[in-house]
Amino acid sequence: MTVERVDTRVWLATTSLWRREMVRFVRQRSRIVGALATPMVFWLLLGSGLGRSFQAAGGPASHGYLEYFFPGTLVMILLFSAIFSTISVIEDRREGFLQGVLVAPVPRAAIVLGNVLGGTTLAVGQAGILLLFAPLVGFEWSFGRFFASIGVLVLCGLGLTSLGFAVAWRLTSTQGFHAIMNLVLVPMWMLSGAVFPPTGAPGWLRWVMAANPLSYGVVAVRRCLYPAEAVAAMGLASWPVALAVVVGFFGVMFVWCVRTVVVDDAARWS
Amino acid sequence: MSGDSVIEVRDLTYRYGERPALAGVSFEVRGGERVGLLGPNGSGKSTLFRILSTLIQPQGGQASVAGVSVRERPADVRRKLGVVFQSPALDRQLTVRENLRHHGHLFGLRGALLDARIEEGLHRAGLADRAADRVGALSGGQQRRVDLARAMLHEPPVLLLDEPGTGLDPVARRGLGDQLRAIQSQRAVTILLTTHILDEAERCDRLVLLDRGCVIDAGTPEALKREIAGDCIVVRTADPDSAAREIGERLGLTATPVDETLRIEAPRGHEWIGRIIELLGPRLESVTVSRPTLEDVFIHRTGHRLAAEVGAA
Repeated sequence: MTVERVDTRVWLATTSLWRREMVRFVRQRSRIVGALATPMVFWLLLGSGLGRSFQAAGGPASHGYLEYFFPGTLVMILLFSAIFSTISVIEDRREGFLQGVLVAPVPRAAIVLGNVLGGTTLAVGQAGILLLFAPLVGFEWSFGRFFASIGVLVLCGLGLTSLGFAVAWRLTSTQGFHAIMNLVLVPMWMLSGAVFPPTGAPGWLRWVMAANPLSYGVVAVRRCLYPAEAVAAMGLASWPVALAVVVGFFGVMFVWCVRTVVVDDAARWS
Repeated sequence: MSGDSVIEVRDLTYRYGERPALAGVSFEVRGGERVGLLGPNGSGKSTLFRILSTLIQPQGGQASVAGVSVRERPADVRRKLGVVFQSPALDRQLTVRENLRHHGHLFGLRGALLDARIEEGLHRAGLADRAADRVGALSGGQQRRVDLARAMLHEPPVLLLDEPGTGLDPVARRGLGDQLRAIQSQRAVTILLTTHILDEAERCDRLVLLDRGCVIDAGTPEALKREIAGDCIVVRTADPDSAAREIGERLGLTATPVDETLRIEAPRGHEWIGRIIELLGPRLESVTVSRPTLEDVFIHRTGHRLAAEVGAA
């Protein structure tokens, strides 16, 4: 009885915070541009520009670079969107909304979950729009592939949004947040196999890329989009390994978020 | 007496690094009372407020709300509390009703009950016609009133307000005061608020005076003012130090320099005015006499004003 009541309350709080993120997003048009247009421009400009020199350097010759770069761009949209949506934590703290949430009798995990689910929904929604363009760059299309890709993007989005949330919670300025996120996330993305495959990289860099959890997210997206024989030729990590790392990354990040929120520091309020 | 107390604070201590913010604070608030924590910026009242509202944990001592310890069971304390922070806990991009709905959900309210509470709260705030407006479009005073309605949605027995009148003009402050009175007349709510505004403090049943992390006095506003025998005389002069000496030697009064003025506490103040004018002659810029205010009580106790920043001293 009581357990059920607590569950409903937690769910009510979580969905309410999630819905707030949706409404806020719709009311801030510039965020749509920031999170969706930027990676698309990146994809077109970098993809077209780098294409030639890249192939000369020994990339997968059968595919154009725009195609190679496509899964990486999807992950990049997730990344940008995670940054944009978790930055609201800092604004909420500064403007006062967050104080009101923290003095409500809801478990801290529900607060984290509402925010992370909200950020992930927005991120995947935007990446999903680009995903619709997949046939244009030569990917074979099926419903199965589309929904598998969305599923993988959700898992990646949860991890990245949780990471953004935990960092945002510790900071009091949006400038600092951008600085740290650029320092952490951009290299993470560049060394994820999104821009170049590990096969052509020097040995030490290959190790870094293998240790980068985001590499496995990109692998999982590739495995969704490419046919099996093409994937085999790329020498990617296996499905179970890729999924285990992506889910594990989210698990670790989520626990980190909840711990960060529970042991909130007095200094952040002064 | 203590069986009836709703908020209890015992030997509470808190320090930010080396700097003590609370140095053993004790007081209690009884059911249905409206108590004000009166003190300048840096007196520790914000820290005390954050501890009672469960945002931060006390480092030493005890604090409890409705018999529940803020240290041991903060989640249960949150159920008993309505909290109004200095900056309204509202999302400026959402409408008034959307904000109230979200906060209602956080307290487990939903459906028809929540809608009824929102209507009731907005009505009491005098903002029933603004429910569909974005919070960002409201004035500061209106936002504060919505925020008070938000804090009362779950009908808590205890209401905490941090500097509710700060940043509001007198009209807006009166509107907030009316709303608070309406709330207290309908329900037995215990209110603790922090303030450094005198008329806000005057309307409290009891005051706790806080300075540099210590309780320096407590009592009803009237009782506190009675601690000053007679009237307060304020003298402005170019050379306060020598004037203070002369007033002491020739008139037998104690004149204390506060900022650029001299303050004298004396019974039958009007009788001294003429003698002070004669004594100082052309050196005198102005002299006033008044009944003691709470500010005078504060100066009497600490030697400095409520408006002063103490942290730097």
